[in-house]
This record gives sequence, C-alpha cells and structure tokens, in this order.
Amino acid sequence: MTDFLKELTNFLAADVRTAVPLLLAATGLIFSERSGIVNIGAEGMMLIGALAGVAGSYFLGHAWMGVLVAALVGVLLGLLFGFLVVTARASQIVIGAAFNLLGLGLTTSLARVIFGVNTSPPPIDAFKPVAVPGLSRIPVLGEVIFHQTQLTYLALVLVPVTYFILFKTTLGLKVRAVGEYPRAADTVGINVYRIRYGASMVCGMFCGLAGAYLSLSLLNFFTENMTAGKGFIALATVIFGKWNPFGVLGAALVFGAGEALQYRLQAAGANVPYQLLLMIPYLLTIAALAGFVGRAVPPASSGRPYVKE
Amino acid sequence: MAYLLEMQDIVKDFGTLRANDHINLKVEEGEIHALLGENGAGKSTLMNILYGLYHPTSGTILFRGKPVRLNSPHDAINLGIGMVHQHFMLVPALTVVENIILGMPRRWGLVDLKTAAQEIREVARSYGYDIDPFAKVWQLSVGEQQRVEIIKALYRGARLLILDEPTAVLTPQEVRELFRVIRRLAEEKYTVIFISHKLNEVMELCTRVTVLRGGKLVGTVNTCDTTKEELARMMVGREVFFQLDKEPPSLGDVVLEMDKVEALNEKGLKALKGVSLEVRAGEILGIAGVDGNGQSELAQVITGMRKLSAGRIRIKGRDVTGTGARYIYEQRVAHIPEDRQAEGLVMDMSIKENLILRQYYRPPFAKGLFLKWPAIKENAVQLMKEYDIRAPHEEFLAKTLSGGNQQKVVLAREVSTQPDLIVAMHPTRGLDVGATEYVHRRLLAERDRGAAVLLISTELDEILNLSDRIAVIYEGEIMGVVPRDRADREELGLMMAGSKRLKAS
Repeated sequence: MTDFLKELTNFLAADVRTAVPLLLAATGLIFSERSGIVNIGAEGMMLIGALAGVAGSYFLGHAWMGVLVAALVGVLLGLLFGFLVVTARASQIVIGAAFNLLGLGLTTSLARVIFGVNTSPPPIDAFKPVAVPGLSRIPVLGEVIFHQTQLTYLALVLVPVTYFILFKTTLGLKVRAVGEYPRAADTVGINVYRIRYGASMVCGMFCGLAGAYLSLSLLNFFTENMTAGKGFIALATVIFGKWNPFGVLGAALVFGAGEALQYRLQAAGANVPYQLLLMIPYLLTIAALAGFVGRAVPPASSGRPYVKE
Repeated sequence: MAYLLEMQDIVKDFGTLRANDHINLKVEEGEIHALLGENGAGKSTLMNILYGLYHPTSGTILFRGKPVRLNSPHDAINLGIGMVHQHFMLVPALTVVENIILGMPRRWGLVDLKTAAQEIREVARSYGYDIDPFAKVWQLSVGEQQRVEIIKALYRGARLLILDEPTAVLTPQEVRELFRVIRRLAEEKYTVIFISHKLNEVMELCTRVTVLRGGKLVGTVNTCDTTKEELARMMVGREVFFQLDKEPPSLGDVVLEMDKVEALNEKGLKALKGVSLEVRAGEILGIAGVDGNGQSELAQVITGMRKLSAGRIRIKGRDVTGTGARYIYEQRVAHIPEDRQAEGLVMDMSIKENLILRQYYRPPFAKGLFLKWPAIKENAVQLMKEYDIRAPHEEFLAKTLSGGNQQKVVLAREVSTQPDLIVAMHPTRGLDVGATEYVHRRLLAERDRGAAVLLISTELDEILNLSDRIAVIYEGEIMGVVPRDRADREELGLMMAGSKRLKAS
C-alpha cells in the first residue's frame, strides 16, 4: 500500500511538472485568443524563451534573471506578432507558422554560437524544488503540489489571477468583448488595436515563461527543439479548457498525465516500443479534442483581423 | 434660437464616392428630428461622423455652440451623444449588464456587476422597461436588444440620442412602445435624431425633418407644414405612387404544399414547427413576421437547401421531400434569396456568368463539359435589356453594380425561365424606391402570368401591398393565414408578437 502511494505521489508530481509548461503557455494563449488572436506560433516563442532563459541565467548568474530575460524576450516577440497580425493584418496562421520556423532555426544557431557545439552544457543557476513549510507535509498532495520549484508556484498562482483579470475587471471585459465583436467594442470607445497588441504581448510573455520553465526548472540546460510540440499541445489545452483559466489548469493536468504516464511506462520497462508510448500525449490530445469537449465555442472573432472603417 | 447641434458643410468622401456633399443639419434641444432619405442617401454616414466613427473630409460640428472634434466614439460619448445602430452593437456572448458597462471606467477598474445591475434596472424601470441584467444578449429578442441599446446610451449619460432605422426590426406594437419612450425622452429635454425612410413614422413622431438625397441636402421642413406626398417627392426626386394597381387573382392549381414541416437551425434547435401551407398558381402568399422567426429556414427547406426533420413538401403534387436543390429547381422553382450578395450572386463573377448559374450545365449554355460562350453572352445581352440591368456591358463584375441592379440580375436569372413557383425572401431589402417599385411590379407580373409566389418579408407594408393572402410566422409556427382584404395591421402585429393565434382558416 505504501508502495502504491509512493508510486502515485511520484506519478502526480511528474504530472504537475509536465503540466506546468502547458499551463503557462495556455494561460497566455487565453489572453490572446480571448482578444481574437490565434497564435499558433506559441511553440516557437516557447523555444526562444527557453534559450533566453538559459542565456540570461548564464550571463547574469541568477535563475530569476533568466526568467526575466525570457519574459522580456517573449513580450518583444508578442509585440512583433501583434504588429504583423494587427497592424499589417497578415494571416495569423501564416505568421504563427513563421514564428515556429524562426524559433527552431534561431535557437539552434544561437545556442551553438553561445555555448559551442558538442560541449557539455555549462553549469547555470537553475530552480530547485522548494518545500512550502507545513503544507508540504500533507500526505501525497504535499509532495505533489507543495514540493515544487518556484516557477511552478508562480504558474499556479497565475491561474486565479488570470481568472480575476478576465472576469472581474473592466480590462478583462474589454478583452473578451474585443474577441467577440470588435466593432461593438469600437463603438463604445475601446481601442481594439491596443487591446489586441496588449494581449499578444502578454501571450508572448507567458510563452517565454513556459520556455524558461523547460530550461531552468524541468531541466537546467537548453537542447535543440526542446519544446517538442508542447506549444501545439498548449493550443489544444486552451480549447479543451474552454478558454477558461481553471479549465485550462485541468486540461494541462490531463495532458501532463499522458506525458508522465509515458515516462513511467518507459522507466518501468514496459514491453512496448517506446515510440508508441511517446504517442500517448498526442493521442490523448486528439481524443480529447474530438470527443470529450462537446462543442467548444471559441470567441466569435477569433482569428479575424479587425478593419476600422 | 441656439441649436444644440449644428453640422455645417459636412463633406465625406470614400475614395471617389462622395457620400456626404456639403450637408447642413441643425437640431434643437428637446426635439425629435427626423433624418429622412433612401438607402444610400448618406444618412448613416452623416450620423457615423457625428458619433466619431468616421472623420469628415471637411466641415465643422458645433455642439452647444462650440466647435468640437470627434476623433472617436469616446469623444461623442463624453459630449453626451449616444447612438443605437441599425445592426446592434451588442456582444451576444456577454450579459446585458456587461454590455452596458463595457468600456466605461469603474471604481478600481473592477466590474461591480451587482451595483451596475441595480442602477441599470432603475434606469430601465423609469422608462417602463423590464430587463434582466444578467441575461445573455443572444437570448434576447430583437426588440429587447434594442431596449438594451437605448438603456446603454442613457446609462452612459447621453442627452442626444441617434436612432438608426430603429423600427425596421419591430412589430407594429413594439414600434408604438418605442415611440412612447421616444416621446417620454423628448419631454424630459432629451434630443432624438430619428433616421428613417418610412414616411408614416416620420410624420407621426417627429417635429422637423431633414431630407437627404444622393448624398446631398434637399432641405429641412416642419412636419406640420408638409405632407407625406411632399416628403416622398423630396426624398425620391419625383412623384411616388403609394398604391400598386393589382388585378384580383385568378387562382389555379395548388403548386406548393407543405405538410407539418419541421426543420432544425444551425444550433440544432427546432426552427420550423409543424408548418403547413398551400400556395396556388396565380397568387402571392405573403409570410409576415419579425426577423429570425424561421423565415430563412422556411425558404431553405422549400428550395432544397436545408433538410426537413419531419413532414412533407409537394410541388405540383410531386413529393420532393429529401431531394436536393437541383431537383427542386428542375421542378421550375425559382429562389430569390435573402442575401443577394452572399447567396444570390457570386460577387467576383461577371453579370453574364451570374446569369447562367442556374442553367450552366445544359444547352444552350453547355455542350458536354464545355461552356458555350456565344450563347452565354447573347443571353446576358438580352436579359440586361429586358430587365433594365444598368451596366456598361455584360462583362462587369456583380460587385460593381448597385444594389438595385444586383437584384435585377438575380430576378432576371430566376424569373426569366418562367417558373411555376417563386420563393422570394426580402426581395427589396436595401433597395431604393425606384428599384423596389420595379421588383414589386415584376413579382405581380409573374403572379398574373400564373406563377405561385411565396413572398417572405419583414416589411409589413410590402406584404400588405403585394399579397393575396397573408400568413404570419412566429417562432417557427404559422400563427394563422388571412386573406388580404380581411387583414388588419393591428391583428397581424399581435400575431407577429406571438400573442394571438388564429384558428385554422
């Protein structure tokens, strides 16, 4: 029985660890999609954030500085994305795809320039689990939730914060209105473009944080294409979570569980080719989107540029 | 006399099109001022300038005697100008209270929905409106949404209220209710600009009228010094005949027979509930009703564009239930769809191509897999002459035509094949008086030729002018069918609102 509990605790803790990058990116995507911008470039932004995090920590000597750099780079990426899709009105899908390609190419090259080729990763300051006094003693849950890194706590705290901003503040109301019916927002004096720029930058920041989590908290170095599709799963997380921060938390845990399960089974030496196990999170994504969500209704103007008359 | 609002020499160009050409408008405080003109006369443009949505090419606006610059609706709202747009500016997915406080500064930047809801209830109640602040806007009827728009403007402190074609979507009873509120507002020194092209309403409600035509100012008159006929002349620029000459119908066999037809809409809800109708050759059956009560679905099931979930449809005695659009068309059924730009025409195709969209696959327009361009061109030249389609030649794209000429293209394509049944939905929506008259005469001519016509319209006047019998649809049900000579506007209005039902007649 204790073995089972231990196994369960380990599994759930792994679930939380794999869920956090999805959660962070998806939280950012909620802002963006609620304002009417579909950002399929999240994958590329996360990847750039991951490298920026490592580089920041490497050059500035502190993990939190890495996080700061990753967030700032993310904001800049969001600004660029906003300029291209809001002001230049380029196709959101094409620009998103371009960001993904840019992210992969840029980080691969820059990583080699900064850290050299084929050398062992340099030692950098990264996050280590910090037990929350008292709470971490709760059986199972204490270990699962209250014995994580600071970035994990940050991600979890941002869930109710995001909910509060979206549903309890005038700013959140504006964001939601702009994503549903921008012309109506325009006629009551809301600057649609400014809201969309802001949402895009917030989304970039969250993607940067998600990347930094991968390279400074889950691991402590950068590897090529280390996001491995997490940005796309984050997009699915938003849909599965029905554009709601708490829904997205649940969805991230479901998808995270898929990935954690795959690790567990591999580690346990299950007699199945590991390639099949690697498919679990993606199969889960497809199944979730196809079946369980029911009809998820996206914001009505999602993906459509707004042209002021 | 000092005016509340003076718009002086307003010019607005859209590219090469001059939508407003040196227009002057003076409005006194506390008056109900009508802005009258046909579609495309420049009324909405002028009001969008006043509301800060458009910037005038030249001209000045004085508000309470001072020149003002209106860069965005924000500036207009701050001056106390509110506007209820023809297409409501409400977010369907949000609640009433969220829509009303949207974009307003609130304490601490928080949406205090409970306080706001209380305040909104009070404003609403003082005008005799009862609205649930926590209802989602998409759940409200069109009339209720309009009330929300009016309260939204008042709650933001509007003293000058612009109402853009507010009666277009209402039943006669709702119109009366709206007029009551407008008069209440005027008594309390609110100022109302009432945009309309309906002369009766303008004469009934307003004190003064400013008439626009083709982007130019025709003049401003007091309603007490003028007549409906004079206003019509100012608006159209020539004499207008209000009554169409109509022969009594010579009825033939039953052409369309619907038996307890049911159908679902996109949301999977029942849009038609047990609709049974008959239309005979040589008559026009008008379907009256407020927009969104199943009219679109009705036209679609008859023309084969939507599946029935129950019931049967027979055309000339032949059961066509479950067949497709082409099969039904080949039973000589014509369709004038509700949105000519989205469903009636391919806007990026030429006139001649649009004219063969029905028959492109058969002779003389096609031979095997190949199109016969000489025949297609000849067809276009002939129909353009016959239907008075005004365009330099048949190669012009549909999107370059005026609304009236676009509708003539649709009409020519559908009607020139001498159909036995014509399903016409909103056939004159957005057309000027001349084009409207033309469409009406054509439909009557088709009826006299012996076609059965099903006319679906939300304009009660159109229904009353053209129909031989009138059916009223409400929430997907036929509330009753009355012969034209026994139809009473008041009674039809009650049926349109769902509060009265006739026994099967």
